[in-house]
This record gives sequence, structure tokens and C-alpha cells, in this order.
Amino acid sequence: MVAVKTRDRLRSTLLSLVILGAVLGMWHGLTIKPTQQLPADVSAEYAALMGKGAEKSDGLPPPAKVGEAIVQHLSDPFYDKGPNDKGIGIQLAHSLARVGLGFLLAVVVALPLGFAIGMSPLLYRALDPFIQLLKPISPLAWMPLALYTIKDSSISGVFVIFICSIWPMLINTAHGVASVRKEWLNVARTLEVNPWRTAFEVILPAAAPTILTGMRISMGIAWLVIVAAEMLVGGTGIGYFVWNEWNNLALPNVIFAILVIGVVGMALDWGFGRLQRLATYRE
Amino acid sequence: MSLLDPFSPNSRLRCACGAHGSQAEHEAQVGQGDVEGLNRRVVESAVMRAIFPRDDERRAFIRAVGRRTAMAAISSVVPFGALEAMAQEKKGSLEKTDLKIGFIPITCASPLIMADPLGFYKKQGLNVSMVKTAGWALIRDKVMNREYDASHMLAPMPLAISMGAGSSAMPINVATIQNINGQAIVLANKHKNNRDPKNWKGFKFAIPFDYSIHNLLLRYYLAEHGVNPDTDVQLRVTAPPEMVANLRAGNIDGFLGPDPVNQRAVYDEIGFIHILSREIWDGHPCCSFGVPAQFVKENPNTFAALYRAILNAAAMARDPKNRPMMAEVLSPAAYLNQPKAVLEQVLTGTFADGLGNVRKVPERVDYDPYPWYSMAVWILSQMKRWGYIKGDVRYTDIAEKVYLLTDAKKRMAEVGMAVPKETYRNFKVMGKEFNPAKADEYVNSFAIKKVG
Repeated sequence: MVAVKTRDRLRSTLLSLVILGAVLGMWHGLTIKPTQQLPADVSAEYAALMGKGAEKSDGLPPPAKVGEAIVQHLSDPFYDKGPNDKGIGIQLAHSLARVGLGFLLAVVVALPLGFAIGMSPLLYRALDPFIQLLKPISPLAWMPLALYTIKDSSISGVFVIFICSIWPMLINTAHGVASVRKEWLNVARTLEVNPWRTAFEVILPAAAPTILTGMRISMGIAWLVIVAAEMLVGGTGIGYFVWNEWNNLALPNVIFAILVIGVVGMALDWGFGRLQRLATYRE
Repeated sequence: MSLLDPFSPNSRLRCACGAHGSQAEHEAQVGQGDVEGLNRRVVESAVMRAIFPRDDERRAFIRAVGRRTAMAAISSVVPFGALEAMAQEKKGSLEKTDLKIGFIPITCASPLIMADPLGFYKKQGLNVSMVKTAGWALIRDKVMNREYDASHMLAPMPLAISMGAGSSAMPINVATIQNINGQAIVLANKHKNNRDPKNWKGFKFAIPFDYSIHNLLLRYYLAEHGVNPDTDVQLRVTAPPEMVANLRAGNIDGFLGPDPVNQRAVYDEIGFIHILSREIWDGHPCCSFGVPAQFVKENPNTFAALYRAILNAAAMARDPKNRPMMAEVLSPAAYLNQPKAVLEQVLTGTFADGLGNVRKVPERVDYDPYPWYSMAVWILSQMKRWGYIKGDVRYTDIAEKVYLLTDAKKRMAEVGMAVPKETYRNFKVMGKEFNPAKADEYVNSFAIKKVG
């Protein structure tokens, strides 16, 4: 049984590697270009000014170039050359701090509110239209409004994270709380457990898996949004890094940043997945 | 004496007691030596320290080129005489020393940026952090939030914001013009044989911002060739780096953009330079240094210090000898983040035009800081022409309120720059005379316009 499992895993890993190899190979094959030749009638000076012989960005870079960029950035991730040029590690830390702060604020608001909504069907129905209206708004649509009213770009960034991560948490918390099994609440009532204890020792553990699912979705969205928000507001963060390299049309660096964003997003999701598994119970 | 001389390869720019930045400062403090000579050396030492942060580099440099050459080279960059005069002048205390200044990564911002690594801000006792910003709208918002104390702006922006066109109104002053010329019309390579603007109906052009000289010049150029910019072509506001990408993708046919984006399009073999913007209006302002009026009022001494730093930087940037050095300094990621080869072509004016020619136009970009009122009036006249501002426009009132020409004259004289006597002047845009005293007549004289 165990042997079969290991063999399956081995096979799937092997297949993943084959797919990776095929993608890289295709990428390499498609990005090989014959060295461009200028028409023969231009002068040597013109050719020099056009950067002939120098390495230039041109279309999608081949994987080797991206590899170089990865090695170069990872070999010195924490350098700090003034406000406009910082290492990838520092940029990531800025982004994570913004996401963390916005997310925490959202937790602080969404959990109690979700609890209240979940416990009271009246409140649920009263607030539902507002939630439904606000939920589908792209968080970036809030950006100009936030910039104009909050008058501080870094707080605006945090606000955008807050506003995008609040809805899944709010809805999931309310849903989780509302669908706690009636029997359990009845038992608590029969035993005359006071309402606070019921909330913390019966409802919270019962709703925890749903709440954590909401948080996991929220974190995923927050990480998606921070990149776009930082590209808009600039200054620091992984989004700013992408924008700055885009400015120079340095695509290997942009691809490197995309990979980093993917890896960090995966790690965050994995972390919440673990939490979720811890909170899951069997009925 | 050679021990104290900043131009000697054998001296160290540290004083004997170690408490002062230089031996000269040390002596000035403890009261030895002749005061005037010392004062000169204090300034010289400070400048040398700013240029060569590592003392062994300075000594190696002077040893290599010789004392006399080094002195001449550096004096040509740095107005020592003016700096000394300033050092002696009794300065009021600075109200604010930590400043945040925004910039967009284009060559127009060169003097502002260069003042940082060259130590011109520090020289004035200012601790400036230059913040690269993602777009003009964001510059506007961050200035209006007072997140930035001052900022690199497009020349029409302070006028527009002061009047509340395109935003809520907030008085912004123009301390100096950042640069003149230095823009270009770039077309996609497929239009190499379609150079006559009369055939450009249906084209899509990118411009950096509505309230930009680029927009106004492109509109003017098209209209002079009988193409109505509002109905015959599409003008899209696009961030400069996206101009090149969009041109590659074929989403646009061309753009009137800032350098180094124009040269970058040529370098990447996507487009060619149709004309330089100076062929539309030679000496047109492009970007300006904008400061909220409230900042000027609240921090007069800081503002004066900032003014001097920027004018010194402009004087440095005007000298063609410094241009290759500027390309070198501006190229890294912290500043413009562009290949040095591209910046050099922009700054020296010896460039490939994308059509197979090497052109030599040393005045491709210049950094004349003088904020002529007449520039503001022309900009207003075009904003009126294209319906960005409506009703009666009191051209000269607005120009004189927004452009701080009186201050500029005073500060320019202070740092030893040549100051013109006039405040208005006539000039020609595509051969047509502009008289700032008759702005409304000028607006009405155009066949193609938007005003009803």
C-alpha cells in the first residue's frame, strides 16, 4: 500500500518535471532569434548607436536570460540603494507588511461583524444588500477615492487590501456561524452555558473551518491585489519592482518577479491550508 | 599649505583633530589663517568631498590628471564663486530640512535627480529624498496630498491644478522650468514611407497626459497640417514605458513622448524619430519644477535653499561637457533605469534616427530654468483652444501668479547665471508668430479649434 503510494508520487513528480522541461524547451526554441542584421548601407556609427553587438531586450527573453536574472537577484536580495532601488527581499517585505496589516484590519472587522450577522437572521437580511453591492467592486476602483480622501498613498494601499479581503471573510464567517448545528446550540442552552462561552467554545470551533476558508480566499485575493496596487502607487514593494523593470522594458526581471509573486502566493496559501486542516473536525 | 588643499593629491580631506570635515574647516573654526582663503577652501573641500565620496579616489583622480586640469574641470561644473558667495551670505535657518520630491523617470528630470548624487541638496543643508513615481496623475495627487513637498511636473500641470482644471483647485507655483525641447514624434516603422501628416487621419497617438506640453504640441502640429486632433485621430493617455510596448504591439501608430522613450523605441528597432519637438517650437518648455504655494509661504528659507540647489544643478546640466557623465549617473535602476547607450544619444544629441541616419543635434534637450511668463501664456492659449479651460482667461494674471519669475531672477543672479531682462517675449511656433499680449486673438486665428 505504502509502496504504491510512493510510486504514484514518484510518477507524478516525474511527469511534472517532464512538463517543466517541455515548457522550457519550447520557450527556448521559440525565443531563439537569428542575430538581426541592419541593411548593409548604414554607417558603422549608426550601427554602434543602434547598439549592434550589445545585448538588447527584444521580445520575450529566452529562459537562460531569465535564469541569469534569477541568480543575480537572489544572490543579493537585501541591498538598499536609496528610496528607488532596493533588493527583492526588501521589496517583498514591504508588500507582505502591507498585505499583513490590511488583512489583520479586515480580520478585526470581519470576524465580529460576521459573527453578529450569522447569529441574527434579521441583521443578515438587513445587511445582505449592502454586502452584495460592495463585494463585486474591484478593489482597485477604490484607489483614486482612497488617495483623494485618505491623502496618504501607503495607507491607501493598506486600505485597498483591507477592502478586498473583508468580503470573503465576512460572508464565510456569517455562513459558518449561521450553519452551526442547532442540536449543539440546544445542548449548550440546556446546560445553561452563558452566551459568551457558547460563542467561544461552541460556535467558534464549529465555524472555524468555514472561517479559515474565508481567510484563505481573502489572503489569495489580497496577494493578487497588492501587486496591482503597488504598481499604481509606487514607492516600494514587489509591484513597484515590476513597474520599475517594466519601465526599462527589462522582461527577464519582470518574469523573475512574476515567479517570486507566484512562489510567495503559493506559500501563503499553503500556510492557510495547514491552518485549515488543523481546525477541521470530524462530526 | 598643500596639506589643506583639496586639489592636491597628497592632502586628506579630514582635519588634524578629526572633528571637522576638512583641515580648512578646522582652521576656520579654531580661527587660524586668512579668513577669505579659508572660506574658499571650505567650499572647495566640501564640493570635492561630494564629488569624490572616497578620498583615495579624489587623490588618484588628481594625481592622474594633474592639479590644474582637475581644478579647471571641476570649476567648470561647479560655480565655486557663487557657492562661496552663498556660504558667506547670512542664511536664515531652514524651516524644514527633510524634503520629499517626486519625479517621473525621464530625462526631463535630469537636473533634479543629478542634484542628489552631486550633493547640491546637501550643500544647501537639505536632506532630499527623490521618489520615483508611477504617473503624472499620481504626481498630481501626491502633491495635492502634500506627500511631496515639491515635484517634477509637466509645464501645463501647475497652471491646470492652480485653476482647478482636471482636479480640485490648489495653488501651485513654478519655481523653474526643468527643461526645454527634448521630446519627439515617433512613428512605427511601418510608417517609414508615410511621413506627411495630411495622411495621418485615423492614426492612434499616445500622449503622456492631458495637461502635457506633448498633447498641446501634437495637437498644434496635426492641426497645422489640417488634421483635427479631436475628430480625425485618437489621442490616448499612456504612461511612457507603455508607449514603446504599445508601438511594438501595433496598438498605436506613434506618439509624442518624452525622452528617453523616443530613443528607446529607435534603439529597440520599433519606430523612428519623425521630428524632434524643437522643430515644432524651438525652446518650448517641457517640464517644470512645481511647488505648492503654501509650501513657499510656510518655508521661505527652505524654498530659497532648494531653489539654489536646483539652479546649480541646471547650470551643471546645461554644460555639454557634463552630458556623458550624466548619462552614466542616470542610467541605474534607482534613477531612470534605461540603457546608458540610449541616454547618451538623448543627452549628447548625436543619435540614430531609426531611418539609417546619424543626426547631430546638440540642442536636442537643454535645461534652461528661466520661467518666461510668455511660455505660460502660450500654454493657456492652447488649453483654451482645445477646450480644457473655458470662458474668459486672464492669461497674464494667471501666468504671473503661477510662474515665480521674480524669484527665479533673484536666485539665478545669486548663483551667477545670466538673467534675461524681459519677462515676456514673442516667439514662433511652426513659423507662426505668437504675441503674448494678444493671446485671445491668437486663439481665434486658428481654423481648427474646439472652442465654440
